[in-house]
Amino acid sequence: MSKKDIDEVSGIETTGHEWDGIKELNNPLPRWWVWTFYATIVWAIGYMIFYPAVPLINSATPGLLGYSSRGEVRAELDAAELAKGDYVAAIREKDLAEIMADDTLRQFTTAAGAAAFKVNCIQCHGSGAQGSPGYPNLNDDEWLWGGDIDAIHQTIAHGIRFAGDADTRLSEMPAYGEILQPEEIRQVAAYVVSLTGTPSNAALAEAGATVFADNCAACHGDDAAGNRDLGAPNLADAIWLYGSSEADIAQQIRAPKHGAMPAWSTRLGDATVKELAVYVHSLGGGE
Amino acid sequence: MTLLTGSDRTPEIERLDAEAVNSAKVRQPLYAPRKKIFPKRASGSFRRFKWLIMLVTLGIYYVTPWLRWDRGPYAPDQAVLIDIANRRFYFFFIEIWPQEFIYVAGLLVMAGVGLFLITSTVGRAWCGYTCPQTVWVDLFLVVERAIEGERNTRIKLDAAPYSLDKIVKRVAKHAIWIVIAVATGGAWIFYFADAPTLLVDVVTGHAAPIAYITVAVLTATTYVFGGLMREQVCTYMCPWPRIQAAMLDEHSLTVTYNDWRGEPRSRHAKKAAAAGNIVGDCVDCNACVAVCPMGIDIRDGQQLECITCALCIDACDSVMDKVGKERGLISYATLSDYNANMGIATAAGAKPIDPRLVRGENGRLSDGIAHFHLRKIFRPRTFVYFGAWALIGVVLLTALLSRDRLQVNVLHDRNPQFVTLSDGSIRNGYTVKLLNMIAEPRTIVVSIDGLPGAVMSATGIDQPEGRSMAIPVEPDRLRTIKVFVTQPLDQIDGTSQSFRFVVEDKSSFETDTYTANFYAPEKR
Repeated sequence: MSKKDIDEVSGIETTGHEWDGIKELNNPLPRWWVWTFYATIVWAIGYMIFYPAVPLINSATPGLLGYSSRGEVRAELDAAELAKGDYVAAIREKDLAEIMADDTLRQFTTAAGAAAFKVNCIQCHGSGAQGSPGYPNLNDDEWLWGGDIDAIHQTIAHGIRFAGDADTRLSEMPAYGEILQPEEIRQVAAYVVSLTGTPSNAALAEAGATVFADNCAACHGDDAAGNRDLGAPNLADAIWLYGSSEADIAQQIRAPKHGAMPAWSTRLGDATVKELAVYVHSLGGGE
Repeated sequence: MTLLTGSDRTPEIERLDAEAVNSAKVRQPLYAPRKKIFPKRASGSFRRFKWLIMLVTLGIYYVTPWLRWDRGPYAPDQAVLIDIANRRFYFFFIEIWPQEFIYVAGLLVMAGVGLFLITSTVGRAWCGYTCPQTVWVDLFLVVERAIEGERNTRIKLDAAPYSLDKIVKRVAKHAIWIVIAVATGGAWIFYFADAPTLLVDVVTGHAAPIAYITVAVLTATTYVFGGLMREQVCTYMCPWPRIQAAMLDEHSLTVTYNDWRGEPRSRHAKKAAAAGNIVGDCVDCNACVAVCPMGIDIRDGQQLECITCALCIDACDSVMDKVGKERGLISYATLSDYNANMGIATAAGAKPIDPRLVRGENGRLSDGIAHFHLRKIFRPRTFVYFGAWALIGVVLLTALLSRDRLQVNVLHDRNPQFVTLSDGSIRNGYTVKLLNMIAEPRTIVVSIDGLPGAVMSATGIDQPEGRSMAIPVEPDRLRTIKVFVTQPLDQIDGTSQSFRFVVEDKSSFETDTYTANFYAPEKR
């Protein structure tokens, strides 16, 4: 600038800009501010060189440090995997009894099983493993195929009525609608209700006892307590998979529904199935 | 500097060519670069008091983490330890868990109210004596004086072009400052880990990165704030000077220039007096300006910048001693006393200041002069502050002495809320958290109170079903157990029953309870 234009009132230099007689004072920014600003410019240049910065067509310039947020996630996942590696290896190597005996390992396995359960099991058994009609509640103490840790593991690993697995749990109740007379079905339904509750008609239930002994006791037992080898449910307790009313029971006698569960060992691998077994066992009904 | 001798016959008073760079009268524009301040060393009782306080505060800061306190084999033996990794805070005999942080919050509130109390009685004593900024700036100035010399030498050195001598002095000064800064940051980290172990780790390079980062950050802030920014931190960065104005009233002690006896100031008092002019006590020697670390002239009156370090009192008192006047031309005084004395000196505002009016026949200050009296401390405002402060203290102390060291928390399972078992009984699940808050292992007996017929079991606890269970809990730890409570069908009374989990330490008889609910389906 050739000549400094000084504002008369304040005695401060102006920028030379004027709008209708109003001039702008040239008050400089504080030095610390200016230097911070310069420092950010220097930083930005360094950042562009070392980190991905300039957008290209498909990606951005990679930067000298080779940083990427995906790579960071990968590294964190690897670290997490590494951190639990010992436990997972121990679960894979040890058998279920050993896992249950080791307090720390059992806790880790239970937590891992809870996570796997939320991904694979809650679709049928519910998020609290509370089940729903046709899908067993896993919290209670009634087990169709056995409730000790090995039986639970066997069921999860090989499934129930799952065609793709030779060791799957397999049984089928005949459709008694084709075998018994409708009257006999009403009688036996009344009898089954009478085992734990009050039937609609006592005479009917009494007559049903004979029908039960002739047709049902072979699998469900003389005392109707069921048979876990056959997956035959206990009919003398408070837990009903397909409903507890006489009509529900009669329907199940006439044309029984059979639950099916896939074999999980081929899908999830040995360690995860063990984790699931330990978790399900921990829900309160484990034997 | 001019030494006045001869005709004036005043004793040798050093007239200092000192400019109050932050003077209230000549405000620096905000865009102008900072003008440097070269405080002269003061000597006197306040300066001695400040040395003592520096010694005590720095001593507390550096020594505290090294004090040991035996808490038995299960807890650290450091007297003051903020154990962030394990979320525990140890202070001598007190151990605080994170959920007890209310005590720390209460202490901070007490510190705040205490500061109000102090401020309303003796003004900005915190700023002037104990604030870390003040203490460290003082410390840094000691180094500066030792290397670069007293005020005038420093001013000359600062104005001189760079020479070998200047470079050596500057490097030495900043090097020592940085050493002090490192020591400051270094001491801080010992509050957060076992000090002797950490010292070895830090020196051998094995400490956690956060330790080095903390030292680096605190080194930088100490060096920049204490060495380079100094008074700017108080004036521009600190909110406290602004807030403090609300705590001060006309009975608060502040460092005051008593212009009712000082004005009109004169450099040639006797000449002026001989010429028949009115002459005040101030000889305009600028000693008060030269010693001021904030770069102000106290004679301009109360200013935001003044941290009441009282060094100008020391400087002025020594001058008053030399000229044979009473001390206290600059003194701690309250606004009400000042106003009363000003009223005397100006004949109730009718005249300009005439310091002769405050002097008696004998030339001494008259007896009618108002002086600070201790009873002025006791006034409604200070009672309210003290009352609030003491009340919080008593409440905190009572709560601390009666707090539970054995606690239980219970979370009811929400999914499923209840489970029907094969015999028809109903089971509810609970997550029970047992807090053993002492540094000794304990066996905690958990039992059910209420809920007739109910029994409980816990996963991972190999004990038979029953109404109570004995659970071992590690020292100073929380143990979470999953408890199943089962009630027979025929004893269920409604869909929601209230009962209590009772925990008890059989050896110390400490107990705690938690009221929980037991849910059941509607009966059909």
